[in-house]
Amino acid sequence: MKLEMRDQPGQLVAALKPISAVGGNIIAVIHQRETSTPAETLDVQIVLELPEGRLPNLLELFRAQGINVVRIGEERLLYECTLIMIGHLMHTDLSDTVDRIDRTGSAEVTELSLVMPAIDTPSSARITIRSTTRAEMKKAMRILRAVAKQKDLLIIEPLEDA
Amino acid sequence: MRIAILGFGSVGRGIARVLLAKDLGIAVTGLADSKSGIIDAGGIDLAAALARKEGGGPCGNPGVSPADVVAKAKYDVLVEVTPTNVETGEPALGHIREALRRHKHVVTSNKGPIALDYPGLRALAEANGVLLKYEATVCGAIPLIHAMQEGLAGNTISRLYGVFNGTCNYILTRMAAEGLTYEQALAEARELGYAEADPTYDVEGIDAGIKLVILANTILDLSTTLDDVERTGITLLSPEALQLAEDQDCTIRLIGEIIPDAGVLRVSPRIIPKTHPLVVEGTLNAVTVEADLAGDLTFIGKGAGSTETASAVIGDLLYIRERYVKGS
Repeated sequence: MKLEMRDQPGQLVAALKPISAVGGNIIAVIHQRETSTPAETLDVQIVLELPEGRLPNLLELFRAQGINVVRIGEERLLYECTLIMIGHLMHTDLSDTVDRIDRTGSAEVTELSLVMPAIDTPSSARITIRSTTRAEMKKAMRILRAVAKQKDLLIIEPLEDA
Repeated sequence: MRIAILGFGSVGRGIARVLLAKDLGIAVTGLADSKSGIIDAGGIDLAAALARKEGGGPCGNPGVSPADVVAKAKYDVLVEVTPTNVETGEPALGHIREALRRHKHVVTSNKGPIALDYPGLRALAEANGVLLKYEATVCGAIPLIHAMQEGLAGNTISRLYGVFNGTCNYILTRMAAEGLTYEQALAEARELGYAEADPTYDVEGIDAGIKLVILANTILDLSTTLDDVERTGITLLSPEALQLAEDQDCTIRLIGEIIPDAGVLRVSPRIIPKTHPLVVEGTLNAVTVEADLAGDLTFIGKGAGSTETASAVIGDLLYIRERYVKGS
């Protein structure tokens, strides 16, 4: 995210404190004077990881500090789940299977490896699904289980959650 | 202490061999297989009975039935080690009930009666002032029931999961190691005596499922049946799927899992990192218990085998003798 703050000593530290207060993890801080910036303010870009649902909390703390959030970058897909599917994947329209996950808008298939040993024998695929939240991942898994049942596919889920 | 043994297959003979080899102070006064029986208050000659059985004959007198042994022999503990019937639990269920009514303790390795009617059997045992023990029903030699009932008493179990079936674990181990197909690995397991001629009970996850039911009903205060277990077996697994898992330093194992609060009771093949403690080789079993006070505990050991299962039965017998059988 991009922040705008007063150009005074101690302001940067004050801006970073709320991040740890909400349990966030700072990955990078980019701090440079831009020509477009008015003389008395400072622009800072911060790349950070936040626990799910803490962003509104953090923004509230920034506001209280008089820090203006200029821009919030794209939320990245932090939750990942890799599973294996076995069955007649091509004959049951693999792109539709993938599309059903992607259509949720909050989870997507980001990787797919497919092995088709011979014609008319079941193929095996490893697929990776990413989502923004744990709840969205659970939803994606529910959709996939329903699709698998309908298309007679075997799904092998990981032992541990995303 | 005097015991009567019902069932003289792998487990029954394993117990007999241990009793011959070790001086445990246990006398066998009744013995029956499916076709014959012996009742001898003075103590049965186990070596002779073993020799008869291994020679292909019945262990005793064809005129004596298992029901006769239960009803007429003089014993303190009935050891019920006949094969499991998952649908009715019979004839073991009837024999166990009869022994409990006679105020006899019961030790069993038979999953059927425990999975089908533990509350009823337990109430009957309590009403008659005797104990019902069943360590050998789950994971062979691993003292999982004892650990959870005694060692972890006072803990709340939030999750219990692991490898409960050695046959499936052997097949998956071989598919991963050698790139065998399911059919090839199953054929190998059969040749080595790890799989039955009809492997359905193992490979469809029924055996693992029934063990979950036993743990759920006897330790976790749930009331479940085999139908409540969401079951997927290993018959459709492909060598390619194992390779895809391998590419990510993972493998596939048939995992039984109980999460009491979420109502999860399932047996299914799962992707698991190769460094995970539950990834055991061959026919081993491995179970992780997540307990609130103790933290995570993982038990690994032999889940089947004549002597290994006898170990669990003997453990139960000595537990009962310590606490309940006077003058023995």
